[in-house]
Amino acid sequence: MPLLEDGRLRPDPFVTVTDEEPLPEGTPAIISLARLLRDAPAGRNAPLGVALAPEEDPRALVPFLGRLSLVAVRLPKHRDGRAFTQARALREALGFRGEVRATGHVLPDQYAFLLRCGVTVVELPEGADPAIWNAARQAHPVAYQAAVAGDAEPLGFLRRHVTA
Amino acid sequence: MDSLPAIPPHARTYRYDAVDKAFLQARIAEFRDQVQRRLDGTLTEDEFKPLRLMNGLYLQLHAYMLRVAIPYGVLNTRQLRQLAYIARRWDRGFGHFTTRQNIQFNWTKLADAPDMLAALAEVDMHAIQTSGNCVRNVTTDEFAGAAADEVVDPRPYAEILRQWSTLHPEFTYLPRKFKIAITGAPHDRVAAKLHDIGVIAKRNTEGEVGFEVWVGGGLGRTPIVGTKLFDFVPEADFLATMEATLRVYNALGQRENIYKARIKILVRDLGDEFRRLVERELAEMPEGRYRLPSEVVQAIAAHFAPPPFARLTDNPPALRQALEANRAFATWVKNCTHPHRAPGYVSVVISLKPIGGIPGDASADQMEAVADLADRFSFGEIRVSHVQNLVLPHVRQEDLPALFAALKPHGLATPNIGLVSDIISCPGMDYCALATARSIPVAQRISERFADLDAQLDIGTLHVNISGCINACGHHHVGHIGILGVDKRGEEVYQITLGGSATNDAAIGELIGPAFSYDGVVDAVETIIRTYVAHRAPGETFKDAYRRLGPAPFKEALYAAA
Ligand code: SF4
Repeated sequence: MPLLEDGRLRPDPFVTVTDEEPLPEGTPAIISLARLLRDAPAGRNAPLGVALAPEEDPRALVPFLGRLSLVAVRLPKHRDGRAFTQARALREALGFRGEVRATGHVLPDQYAFLLRCGVTVVELPEGADPAIWNAARQAHPVAYQAAVAGDAEPLGFLRRHVTA
Repeated sequence: MDSLPAIPPHARTYRYDAVDKAFLQARIAEFRDQVQRRLDGTLTEDEFKPLRLMNGLYLQLHAYMLRVAIPYGVLNTRQLRQLAYIARRWDRGFGHFTTRQNIQFNWTKLADAPDMLAALAEVDMHAIQTSGNCVRNVTTDEFAGAAADEVVDPRPYAEILRQWSTLHPEFTYLPRKFKIAITGAPHDRVAAKLHDIGVIAKRNTEGEVGFEVWVGGGLGRTPIVGTKLFDFVPEADFLATMEATLRVYNALGQRENIYKARIKILVRDLGDEFRRLVERELAEMPEGRYRLPSEVVQAIAAHFAPPPFARLTDNPPALRQALEANRAFATWVKNCTHPHRAPGYVSVVISLKPIGGIPGDASADQMEAVADLADRFSFGEIRVSHVQNLVLPHVRQEDLPALFAALKPHGLATPNIGLVSDIISCPGMDYCALATARSIPVAQRISERFADLDAQLDIGTLHVNISGCINACGHHHVGHIGILGVDKRGEEVYQITLGGSATNDAAIGELIGPAFSYDGVVDAVETIIRTYVAHRAPGETFKDAYRRLGPAPFKEALYAAA
């Protein structure tokens, strides 16, 4: 499925690998947390990503952070906002610097919030129009609270510009 | 405030600047676009629902309802006049004040909603986060900045919470709605222990402001009195503590079963572990990012500078004479005023509970009348109380006779504050799609039964709360007499609980026995009250008498004869 990053669509170099399949050599792969904990895949040069389930605590990734290029967080329904807290924990508590990808049922109206919580890439449904996503993202140039990313110049009180 | 160089001008409410106004305009444009996308089918109702809810638009039994935020219940007169205008132009000439200190317009059309929001924005008002699974409108003491017993003015902190929670990127898709109340007085008038988070602002021996934080209280189908999370959070850590608490809730709160999704269930299930998790979140936060700077607090507090009070003395002769001459006036003063911190002033509660009326309803004419009187008598300030009445916070005692006379022709001088007819009722079956029974007509019949003012005065302080279903929007669990309407095989029946309280001695009322029919429930309330009157010690209130006597005499009176 297409990925949206910095307002533009780009292809996905990663393949998602189930817990039973062998890890492909030389291809960027996304595995589950269970598989990561079970196999602790070592000796791989291709980028490795982990898909967290909504109920999984990102802190479980601490021993592996140096080896991960990507962590995916998922909204099983657009109303299920655990991914926002997972993303923020990845950036803030864990200091994770790689790609944080949001997957699942994400609405354009959630794009800006995801970015502010530390998500960098959103997996879009096939055929989605990035213009709608970018418009929704720019709906509010101002925020009333500190966040993990996107804080630009302060505007007095707690307010600040958001970098779009 | 004392450290500021000069007292800034009296603003009445938090004053929007260009940044706030632009934000609100952007929000309305965004919502217009969302409504348009819904109307043309780009958004499904399932996708539109959380978006409209975040703009206060509910779907009720007969129409959409727009719930407008009145931040912490504070209004200026321009705003109240605009609410009257909206009631006339887009509703049926009425508004309904709620227990969340908000106002609801019960007859809204979807296509009108963006225009109504634009009209609100003209007076710096909005409907953001009055619904949906986000941090809702923060409530506070209706006597904030006025009450004689106040230690810390909670309004600046309530405004900080309002701003901080506005379109919060992390906490807009919580497991369930989230309600915060804050008070700065030792007498709890906000039901702090019955909120998702309840905050009691206080001072330490050095005079510094800090916050006692309660978490996990709530009503609904599992009523729970909250747990004290922290005794004294320093001001600088106020928002960080809110962030940390909400992070734990957002990550771990139940999402499968909506009846178990409030934070109270998580706090109950985790016990001490909940505090440990909040402390871990706090420890992991980067230094400084969530600190609340004292300069920000001072800048926002400047918006809540006191009005230019005159130097007066308490009990002026004009008041004394009027009290002696006019018994009706004296009764009104006794029941409808609250002690003020400035000598010669008093706060006045305007009852929206006329005998036989709909609790919390006000007509557009009444709203305009109250706005005029607030300009004349209360420095243009109005408050909405959490018991669905209005408050003029700063009235000269010597002006009370004139105010009383001016309220009367508008039906706004009912002297029943805190009495049996000052009933809190949810909308129930008359409006609400979730209702299992009527509640407004029960409130109307109880107030008609006790219409006689002398009888009400003899009964004394008594809070009756009525909910039309188990969601408990009428807070029946904390009524001294609580009434819950349920459906029993197609028939409305009413369960009665006794002995609840929403204040410092917060308690959940006890179910007294089998439910009563729609016809029988008013008789049952009367029987309960007669039993109290027969057994009370001199000067003993209903709540105290119930706590001393227990349920036995009430059970006996209600059920023995049957
Ligand atoms: S208590 Fe039930 S009937 Fe009453 S307003 Fe709430 S949901 Fe509706």
